[in-house]
Amino acid sequence: MTAFPFLLLILAAVVGYAINRVAARGIRDGGSRLHSMTSYHGMYSALLVLVPVLTFILVWLALQGAVIDRLIMSGLPDGVLDGLDGGGIQLVLAEIKSIAGGQVFGTPEDWKIAASERLLTTRERADWLLIALVAVMSLALMIFARTRVKADFRARQGVEGIVTGLMIFCSVVAIFTTIGIIVSLSYETLRFLERVPLSEFLFGTNWEPQIPLREDQIAAEGAFGWLPVILGTIVITVIALVVAVPIGLFSAIYVNEFAPKKLRTIIKPLLEILAGVPTVVYGFFAILVVAPAIRSFGQSLGLDVAPNTALAAGGVMGIMLVPFISSFADDALSAVPQSLRDGALGLGATRGEMMTTVLFPAALPGIVGGVLLAVSRAIGETMIVVMAAGLIARMTINPLDSVTTVTVQIVTLLIGDTSFDNPKTLAAFALGTMLFIVTLGINIFALSFVRKYREAYD
Amino acid sequence: MMKDSMETKLDVDAMNVKFSARDVQVHYGDTHAIKDVSVDILDNTVTAFIGPSGCGKSTFLRTLNRMNDTIDICRVQGDIYLDGMDIYDPNIDPVQLRAKVGMVFQKPNPFPKSIYDNIAYGPRIHGLARNKAELDEIVEKSLRRGAIWDEVQDRLDAPGTGLSGGQQQRLCIARAIATEPEVLLMDEPCSALDPIATAQVEELIDELKANYSVVIVTHSMQQAARVSQKTAFFHLGNLVEYNDTNEIFTNPQDSRTESYITGRIG
Repeated sequence: MTAFPFLLLILAAVVGYAINRVAARGIRDGGSRLHSMTSYHGMYSALLVLVPVLTFILVWLALQGAVIDRLIMSGLPDGVLDGLDGGGIQLVLAEIKSIAGGQVFGTPEDWKIAASERLLTTRERADWLLIALVAVMSLALMIFARTRVKADFRARQGVEGIVTGLMIFCSVVAIFTTIGIIVSLSYETLRFLERVPLSEFLFGTNWEPQIPLREDQIAAEGAFGWLPVILGTIVITVIALVVAVPIGLFSAIYVNEFAPKKLRTIIKPLLEILAGVPTVVYGFFAILVVAPAIRSFGQSLGLDVAPNTALAAGGVMGIMLVPFISSFADDALSAVPQSLRDGALGLGATRGEMMTTVLFPAALPGIVGGVLLAVSRAIGETMIVVMAAGLIARMTINPLDSVTTVTVQIVTLLIGDTSFDNPKTLAAFALGTMLFIVTLGINIFALSFVRKYREAYD
Repeated sequence: MMKDSMETKLDVDAMNVKFSARDVQVHYGDTHAIKDVSVDILDNTVTAFIGPSGCGKSTFLRTLNRMNDTIDICRVQGDIYLDGMDIYDPNIDPVQLRAKVGMVFQKPNPFPKSIYDNIAYGPRIHGLARNKAELDEIVEKSLRRGAIWDEVQDRLDAPGTGLSGGQQQRLCIARAIATEPEVLLMDEPCSALDPIATAQVEELIDELKANYSVVIVTHSMQQAARVSQKTAFFHLGNLVEYNDTNEIFTNPQDSRTESYITGRIG
């Protein structure tokens, strides 16, 4: 039933297109010179019908449920809702709806059965009303569009105007989604800060989010200092970059400049496969292969190695980032004009000298941009660290120790029993906000860096 | 008849020969780009390579400093001697060869570095200066020889890419001179320049022949006539005619040369 208005609308758009196009063709064949091509006249009609009516249908469907609920509740006999709070009223409504859906539990009161029947008829009426309105509106718009078909009507400008509007709408959607994320994050963060002071959160060195969820639960008072958590993130990010930057950079340099053409056609796709490995698989690799290997190797040297080391998680994350950095660096190096390579070689530079003295400096903005985006990814990466890093927050920078990260803590805080008036749960949003701020800052820095040095060569 | 005159000419200048190419063939994959080219290029002379587009003149120029080595599918056969030394001998390092045989390209290609660093690039990688003072001296001398010193002397720290097209090309010539080459190869050095900048570069080429052997590829026959003493006409990969510039333009021996310089082919 819901699909019917949409089908009707599409039909109207197609018919409108055909009618206008045929009409325009008729004018052209009658000897007049059209301002716009006949297809633009057709598109004009189709878009003129589609855009407003589609908007109308979507708005209608979004509001329909709420409006019908309101109608049903206000139509109930006087007095039956007396003494019920918001939750109770919701419960009554849910029961009426489930009766309407055919699921009857026990013996409901007569007024509930009557309400459910009224609900069904109202819904059906609303559906028919929508179809009728769509039909009327589509027809009116089609006729209006048909009357506009004239030799000198600027249908192309009309179509372009509507399409431009659609493009503006699409780009605005992304912006408003971001704003929505920020608003919801900051709302929960503010609720967290009502319970835990900002200074404790920002400067506390203790992270133990153990808060009793029930009155009778035995647990210590929680501590919410984010420093050990962000320190863990920094340690793992640094380890990941120490692995990823040299490997990614040198593989890009090799593939770009030194590799024979055949090898290049093999290595590049292989690196791209590496980029397609799901992070959860990297997580397996970290816990099953890398972490035990580091532990046994460390113990053979007499070192004290934790089972979940920052080194294992960071190292595997570094491998994950290699294709990211190498493809950015490869693009940046390829973008350096051939004339600069020729210039250096023509002066008697070796390929190595050309790379270090000309290509690398010229490609630096792109390379640094790639590295900074990799940093953002490393900070936000979740799956590998959830699987391979530890859970206990410590103020340590020892890579052989177990550390935890912001993302791991967010996941653990939101798993299991949660209630949204508890600082333990709300802390996840505070951490999320901080993560958002940090990665946003790095991205802005990366973009401005790239923009600033972009025109180094021309 | 023509062959005789060529041979006598070669004998006269034998002492003065810088490059001598014998039966050079160049293939790009399956394309035979240069066919059986033999030529002697003289020292302290400007030699112009002319011919229609795709005739192989740039390709041949690039065999002289082995720039074609950087192209995977390119194969060079035959012998090319620089001062009697076979430059395609396996013992020859192309990197050292290119320090001796400088090159200036069609489009000005200054590095995105300061003017000073552009000039100092070659001397630095070849270790030509023992200290900063010597390097400063090389930079100044090269910029003076490149006829651009007066325009840039008070902004040596400014980026080379910020100069005008003509200045950039003279900067590139000065950069090539700074490595103290013996030969300067120029691949259509004025094709991206306006007439005034072209005149400046041509004047510079004329001065350079006092110290170097200059080989210039050009599409402009007027330019070849203005700056060169020797001219080689290439057509479809063949060296059709090589003679004194005056002779080529006033009394061409081959009908194809005559057609080209009178504008009937090309």
